[in-house]
Amino acid sequence: MAKEFELNEVEVWDGNYAASQALRQAQIDVVAAYPITPSTPIVEGYGAYVANGYVDGEFVMVESEHGAMSGCVGAAAAGGRVATATSSQGFALMTEVLYQASGMRLPIVMTVVNRALASPLNVRGDHSDMYLGRDSGWIQIDAFNAQEAYDLALCAFRIGEHLDVRLPVMMHQDGFTTSHKAQNVYPLKDSIAYEFIGKYIPVDDMLDFSRPVTHGAQTEEDWHYEHKAKQHKALMDSRTVIDDVFADFKELTGREYKRVESYMMEDAEVALVLLGSSVETAVLAAKQLREEEGLKVGVVAPRCFRPFPYDLVRDALDVSSLKAVCCLDKSAPGGAMGALFNEVSAAAYSTKARPMMTNYVYGLGGRDFAVDEAKRIMKEQKAHADAGHITTDIQQFSGLRGPKLGFFKTRRD
Amino acid sequence: MAITSIKNLKEFSTNNDRFEGAHLLCPGCAHSMIVRELMNCTDDNLVIASNTGCLEVSTAVYPYTSWDTSWIHIGFENAATAASCAEAMYKARKKKGTLPDADAPVKFVAFGGDGSTYDIGFQWLSGAMERGHDFTYICLDNENYANTGGQRSSATPVGAHTSTAQAGSHSYGKKQKKKDMVAIMAAHGAPYVAQLAPNKWKSMAKGFQKALETEGPCFINTVSACTTEWKFDPKDTIHITDLATDSLMFPVYEIIDGHELNILYRPKNIIKVEDYLGSQGRYRHLFKPQNKHIIERIQKDIDEKWALLQRREEARI
Repeated sequence: MAKEFELNEVEVWDGNYAASQALRQAQIDVVAAYPITPSTPIVEGYGAYVANGYVDGEFVMVESEHGAMSGCVGAAAAGGRVATATSSQGFALMTEVLYQASGMRLPIVMTVVNRALASPLNVRGDHSDMYLGRDSGWIQIDAFNAQEAYDLALCAFRIGEHLDVRLPVMMHQDGFTTSHKAQNVYPLKDSIAYEFIGKYIPVDDMLDFSRPVTHGAQTEEDWHYEHKAKQHKALMDSRTVIDDVFADFKELTGREYKRVESYMMEDAEVALVLLGSSVETAVLAAKQLREEEGLKVGVVAPRCFRPFPYDLVRDALDVSSLKAVCCLDKSAPGGAMGALFNEVSAAAYSTKARPMMTNYVYGLGGRDFAVDEAKRIMKEQKAHADAGHITTDIQQFSGLRGPKLGFFKTRRD
Repeated sequence: MAITSIKNLKEFSTNNDRFEGAHLLCPGCAHSMIVRELMNCTDDNLVIASNTGCLEVSTAVYPYTSWDTSWIHIGFENAATAASCAEAMYKARKKKGTLPDADAPVKFVAFGGDGSTYDIGFQWLSGAMERGHDFTYICLDNENYANTGGQRSSATPVGAHTSTAQAGSHSYGKKQKKKDMVAIMAAHGAPYVAQLAPNKWKSMAKGFQKALETEGPCFINTVSACTTEWKFDPKDTIHITDLATDSLMFPVYEIIDGHELNILYRPKNIIKVEDYLGSQGRYRHLFKPQNKHIIERIQKDIDEKWALLQRREEARI
């Protein structure tokens, strides 16, 4: 049995260390990993636990991220708990296997520290890698700070391994702003954390030779469609399990998580929708604007990026006072509206008020997103609300040097 | 544990048969012979990983499977990683006491064609060998990308016609030499590396048994004659393989601990390589007058390689 790690009631951890502690407490059977900035400290931290007897399982340092996810798939099919960590280019390299992991219904947990995708090469945080994974069939949960990176990593095992789900889970946090920022974190004792996660229950176990299994079969037009539909249903049905796990976690710790977090939306006239560490910035900006200028601003943050909480986003925006909503995408949209804008607009279309929808691209490659900028965008929404129409281009770039960049005008005829 | 008696082929071919006859491989394909030899040479439980390729697409088309043991396919390149990390899981669960049957011996085997072994999966294989997992990787080397219709691989020999290295008025087929995968794997320090042939089925079974019994990563390159792309009559698979081993186009040998080389088959009558080349449609163009020098070059390469293998065997270094 692995040694217990003595923890204080409150520790000062950054997001990476918080995630690595959660992985240690899960008593994973196999971690197959490859280091990459900014998630390297998760792998290094885990390596230190292995070297000092805090982990009983195997730690396989593979030759690439593609190898890391391949190893996770092989190990998971052999009937035990599996996890890894990655970022950016590493995430891109393992993309092929992400689809295979979810299609094979293997509950791997991956802590992703979000970082921009090259080119140009950039090690800073944006959401390009998280967006790259959005059709891969994984559950994607987003932590906004180090405490959440710890809490939600523990929840990720419970969710993915649940017998009604059996899907891989990504637990996202922002590169550097969360991963390298130390803050107070309240951890659970090892025994309590492990009890919350529970023992791993093997399904279609390759090491159970009384019942041989074939993993990764081929299907063509006769069965492929049904398999993918079933997989999609499993992902959609995971919503209730996620809610249940969050409820159990609240009972244990008092810390409450929802698939969509919303702040000050009850009487909001304008709202920002965004992800990651920027949520805290936006909430702070909204509070200040309410105090300073009496502006009724709210913030909506889908904590669960996949399955996308279409219904809960709709409900969060179904406020009769709401006039203008801006969705902020921290990923280069590559010739389209931002993904968050598209998803949220689809949900907003079903609200009674049908607010005006605009899109900002921001923070690419780690460009800072500060309270002042959030306020400026909020005030711009108020201008739309007062004018009764969108007064700017529908898609704009925030905090960009050089001439203003924007696309698409609203039709007013 | 390895089965102890290999008396005759009929008996051996039915021992602990865990590979179903119902599969989609071409009639005359050597893959199934090699796979069955591997599975029949041991009574231990087997976890098998396959790269994408002929073997994989022909044996696991939902809702059917030819595998009466644990089997996994992920992608084109990563069977070595799947097998090696399944082995890591076995070790972890053994330590923690969570295996369904802790005492039953388990062996981990990965299969790949030459496309996935020599080319697209090279990195994954190298990584798994370096990490030292207890598993055996078997390459079913048919010297081309047969599953996708016969394109060149880095295992395709000089002069062979493939759809992406064609013979024509300005070309004699593939121009580059075959990659020496056996030497590369031996250079990883693998405890057991061999090149085996299914016509020499006793030495193949013994080689497989050695690999399975040896702790650590083992690599075996097997010649798998491809009736479809080498272009010969499906009934001649073993005859063609005889020509391959007797011409020394495919010498049969093993390398222990990266250096100790043993020749496992020494033909009584070494035949000329043109007898081997002449047996297959893929080399037909070499017999045109303007390409005769290529046959001479191939023969010279074979002679040099054979001399080298013999010298290495003798020198014991």
